[in-house]
Amino acid sequence: MSTIDTNRYNTLKPASTSYWLTLAVLLVLVALGGYSAFNMEHAGHQISGMNNQIVWGLPHVFAITLIVAASGALNGASMSSVFGLKRCKPFARLSVVLAMTLLVGGLIVLVLDLGRPDRLVVAMTHFNFKSIFSWNIILYNGFIAIGIVYLWVMMEPRLNRYTAKVGAFAFLWRFILTTGTGSIFGFLVGRNALDSALLAPLFIALALSIGTAAQVFIFSATARWQNSDLPESMVFAQGRLLLWFVLAVLYFAVVHHVTNLYLAEHQVVERYALAGPMSPVFWVGFVLIGTIAPIVLLFRGGSENKRCRNLIFASAVTILGGMALIYTIVIGAQSTPQRLFPDKTVIASRFGDAGFELYQPTAWELGLGIGGVAMAVLMCLILLRVLPFTPEPESVAS
Amino acid sequence: MPSNSDHFNSGQARRRFLKQLGLLGTAAVTSSYTLLEVRKANAAASPAVTNTKRWGLLIATDKCSSGCDDCVRGCNEEHGLTSSGRDEIDAQWIRKIDLQDKLSGRKSSLPVMCQHCESAPCVDVCPTGASFKRADGVVLVNSHTCIGCRYCMMACPYKARSFIHETLTNQLAVAPRGKGTVESCTLCVHRIDAEEDQQPACAVACSDAGHGAILFGDLNDAGSEISQKIAAQGATQIRSDLELNTGVRYTGI
Repeated sequence: MSTIDTNRYNTLKPASTSYWLTLAVLLVLVALGGYSAFNMEHAGHQISGMNNQIVWGLPHVFAITLIVAASGALNGASMSSVFGLKRCKPFARLSVVLAMTLLVGGLIVLVLDLGRPDRLVVAMTHFNFKSIFSWNIILYNGFIAIGIVYLWVMMEPRLNRYTAKVGAFAFLWRFILTTGTGSIFGFLVGRNALDSALLAPLFIALALSIGTAAQVFIFSATARWQNSDLPESMVFAQGRLLLWFVLAVLYFAVVHHVTNLYLAEHQVVERYALAGPMSPVFWVGFVLIGTIAPIVLLFRGGSENKRCRNLIFASAVTILGGMALIYTIVIGAQSTPQRLFPDKTVIASRFGDAGFELYQPTAWELGLGIGGVAMAVLMCLILLRVLPFTPEPESVAS
Repeated sequence: MPSNSDHFNSGQARRRFLKQLGLLGTAAVTSSYTLLEVRKANAAASPAVTNTKRWGLLIATDKCSSGCDDCVRGCNEEHGLTSSGRDEIDAQWIRKIDLQDKLSGRKSSLPVMCQHCESAPCVDVCPTGASFKRADGVVLVNSHTCIGCRYCMMACPYKARSFIHETLTNQLAVAPRGKGTVESCTLCVHRIDAEEDQQPACAVACSDAGHGAILFGDLNDAGSEISQKIAAQGATQIRSDLELNTGVRYTGI
């Protein structure tokens, strides 16, 4: 089998004004994100909904969603170079570019939410190798470096023969990366709702579902901008994959909650997660919108156009549902009081030891999060415009 | 073809560039040397912290009453911690908690601060190493390398760390603080490093008010009052199940 990529690629030459309109909207959102970050930096985090109890808020939900989506968005490339699926090959470059830009978008949100974003250089030069956070910094930088090499071997015909090897390495790297992201939470012994090795596979499943959903958007948007459609086989394959990944997320989420329900020490946390004031985010956001809705949409038949539209809707609700699950994990875990005295009842405390904390994110946090998403998509669209990452419609069709 | 004047100008520019480079190099070497000298002088001025001592606190909860916050006020005054009017974002280096036993109904009250763990989760998770433990067991935050990620706050089982949410004014020299960084009880290192027999502000405030519920001392010295009391009465750690070997111990809970 020849390892040379015979597909034809080009820079994105949008045939409609909707590309430019999308860029304009994204630019406005990025500007709003920048303004939000500037205000939070200038006035301090007091203008956010975060406090000394809820220390990680909505920006982290956006950042984690983008970071896990980055890992999953590499699926298109992995399917082609690791599992040898020919129909995915034309989309491999797009997949890598999307993965890299999503990661950068997530990291921008994470960095701009730091108390001292100006000290980024400190984070890059001082490493505590006992910290999973430090390992993640290395994993994130490594992911971008591998992404660049991956693109290089795919785009340079003389190096095409290395694509499978680099692809396999990238595949392994992204699994480790998502395990690392999940472990940021799983390693927290002091938080009852977290402290579980299950969070690593749960995050891997989330990466696959959200990443595949993000891919669907960019694949279909580029096709549309070239006055073309996603081929039927691609719509079917992406739909099946998305379905399996959504079910995988549901499986790990159910196992996580059932395990917690079984343990007496976690019951307060579970009651809060499943029946407390934040439970609608879980039941409506994750179960209804993020799980049942995509399953129903993906099982619906109809014309080719209709199935493609259903796939896009299913992808949108999968992303929203995934974010809802991440929200319940990140915010829910901090809203419940930490159990300092298991056999005692806290009668009074000035600092939230007795009751649940209700987190109310502010517009600044929302602005920063949306700005990060917009930045990721904007970078992706600009890169597609300047370098030949987009498959020509004939290559996709064949 | 380049003219003679071009050659002359480029030669002049090269000489000027080399001269500036030389000056820059000399300045860099001189300033680095000066900084190293200052560092040496500072190191010589303050005695090295060693692990021969392990500082800790013993809190007698039977002497601690509900509603009393003398230790909290003592700490706040010592470090210039003021309230913004919002408890949830205020620095809480010490907080008072009132408890009731689920079985017996017995009530107790106690202060909770950084427990100065031997295996401190905050130190383990800090990506830059800004959270660190001194040889004498005091857990601190290096405000110069803290990036404000708050992972240590997520990791602390005691919720003993605070993030500075707002711009601060009128800070005290003994407790320099910075917006966007994390902080917690320092066990008043500025006091214990300054002189022998100095006590942390919370212990002094509690003692001055006549309660005597907080005892400070060297846990490594079997003859110290704190070690003898722990040996005689026994003492518990909060979340002892985590096996963090805390420097702060409690009796009566």
